[in-house]
Amino acid sequence: MKITRKHKIIVYTLLVLFSLYFLFPFLWALITALKTQQEVFSYPPKFIPDAALFSNFIEAWNSQPFGVYFKNSVIVTVMTTIGQLISCSLVAYGFARYDFKFKNILFILLLSTMMIPWDVTMIPLYMEFNMFGWINTLKPLIVPAFFGSAYNIFLLRQFLMNIPKDLENAARIDGANEFQIFYKIFLPIMKGPLTLVAVLNIILVWNDYLGPLIYLSDQSKYTMALGLASFQGLHELQIIPIMAMTLVMVIPPVIVFFFAQKYIVEGLSGSIK
Amino acid sequence: MHTGMVLCIQDPSPLSRTKQAWVKGRGFLFNRSNQLKREIMFTKKNKHTGFTLVRKRVPYLFILPWIIGYLVFTLGPLAFSLVMSFFDWPITGDAEFVGIGNFAKMFTGDPQFYNSLLITLKFALIFVPLNLFIALLLALLITQPIKGMEIFRTIFYLPAVVSGVAVSIIWGWIFNSEYGVLNYLLSLLGMEGPRWLIDPKWAVVTIVIASAWGVGTMMLIFYTDIKGIPNELYEAASIDGAGPIRQFISVTIPSITPTILFNVITSVIAALQQLTLVLLLTGGGPLKSTYFYGLFVYNNAFKHHELGYASANAWFMFLIILLLTLLIFKTSSTWVFYETEVKKGKKGGRK
Repeated sequence: MKITRKHKIIVYTLLVLFSLYFLFPFLWALITALKTQQEVFSYPPKFIPDAALFSNFIEAWNSQPFGVYFKNSVIVTVMTTIGQLISCSLVAYGFARYDFKFKNILFILLLSTMMIPWDVTMIPLYMEFNMFGWINTLKPLIVPAFFGSAYNIFLLRQFLMNIPKDLENAARIDGANEFQIFYKIFLPIMKGPLTLVAVLNIILVWNDYLGPLIYLSDQSKYTMALGLASFQGLHELQIIPIMAMTLVMVIPPVIVFFFAQKYIVEGLSGSIK
Repeated sequence: MHTGMVLCIQDPSPLSRTKQAWVKGRGFLFNRSNQLKREIMFTKKNKHTGFTLVRKRVPYLFILPWIIGYLVFTLGPLAFSLVMSFFDWPITGDAEFVGIGNFAKMFTGDPQFYNSLLITLKFALIFVPLNLFIALLLALLITQPIKGMEIFRTIFYLPAVVSGVAVSIIWGWIFNSEYGVLNYLLSLLGMEGPRWLIDPKWAVVTIVIASAWGVGTMMLIFYTDIKGIPNELYEAASIDGAGPIRQFISVTIPSITPTILFNVITSVIAALQQLTLVLLLTGGGPLKSTYFYGLFVYNNAFKHHELGYASANAWFMFLIILLLTLLIFKTSSTWVFYETEVKKGKKGGRK
């Protein structure tokens, strides 16, 4: 496609304008986090603080048990990712590589769970976890991940459907059993899509607010999202530490995203078709 | 072999069944490795049955985790909440059957139900088209053959990985009517900014702006789809004298209609369930102007402890989502073109 000069100028102008919308809030949060209390409430607002107070971050971190929140978030994120990888790869393999009775009905059921609004099952799930004695523990946030989730299963299945059938037939002739075929042959090929599942899960779980809000009541069990939200509610005027901790919370998924960008772009193109 | 034959004779069932019986009979005769080899040959001969003794149970073992999870974490709770919706169910004390009482209360005795429903629909009506438009525009921008496009792609996607909690804190500070930087920037342009989060007329707009910040996922979905459109199509259109706008309307849009459909459905569902942002950014206010349906259900359950009523509310939204999805699918046949259809059409034409 040929590109005229005028065309180029329009494109760049739009790109820069949109970049402002997407980047400025981060930048403003950082500027705020580095200011002094006086600077924050001065008008007109200052865009460059006199001295960048990185000590604000340390003070904010120590003002609440953010270390505990961070640890809890890491536990939940790591455990759910392990759970999703194991369960979703098994289930996706079952749906993609075998024919069995009721397969289509079961698969439609699986897909339809994506349409169920979360508040329909919210109350019974709470009662169920209460019955298990799991309220105010991290278990309600972790355990369900070991039973798969529709979107991830769908994603992996789409990938597995495209692999020729000869692969497992050859292995069967060599005497491999069905689980060995899955474990030794298919799992290694699924590295790309499995990375995508892990990344999507990390971002989703790290950011989850409603789950912890409903199931956790003790501060020592809070995750980052819940801890930060309750911090915001407690001290409305403490905008500096709030901004500092908001940035701390944002950093892990951003890092994960930078490393896995390739998988996200590639994975999304595979999943829709 | 003989056992198989005998079974065939003994059991005059339909063809597929005799084949299964045949497999069963044979399964006991051969040793294991032999059996595997035989099975493969058998499978090849009879594509119709496709599976054999060993492989018959194995698939269910693979999908077992999901089946258990579905029963325990989805179907069970789903059925139970339907039951609850017909009860007056306080958090302590006994539940009492009230028939359709909860639904009657919803439609006749609770003005907040209509308010929340209307606000949510209004939000969806603004948010979904706007979000689609921005996502598509951004996707088009980042598919332009210009240097540095990967950087812009990263910038546009970045907010999509950020927590709703962080989004509401950051935007709440920007929208702050006293110290907020947005109104200061507007004043530099000679405009007086509204009191975003305090004025009931503007609060929904703030939610829309903050939600649209996460448009990156949808943009990427469009982006990968647009990238996949064969270049020949554009070349052909170009030879026919089509300019960039004409090419967009006649080539790009028709090629991505399935993706548009996918994005419409997912964003409608997401919009109708928006909760985190209203919970943290506005708390439903001011004057309940952002008391979205999700918040209405949440508060009925965990604040007012009317579990039965909240279940009825939730089921009503579930039905709306089902109907809307169905409606979008039904109407989609008029404007969505699938690649396979086109291919079939072409082949037919050539013949």
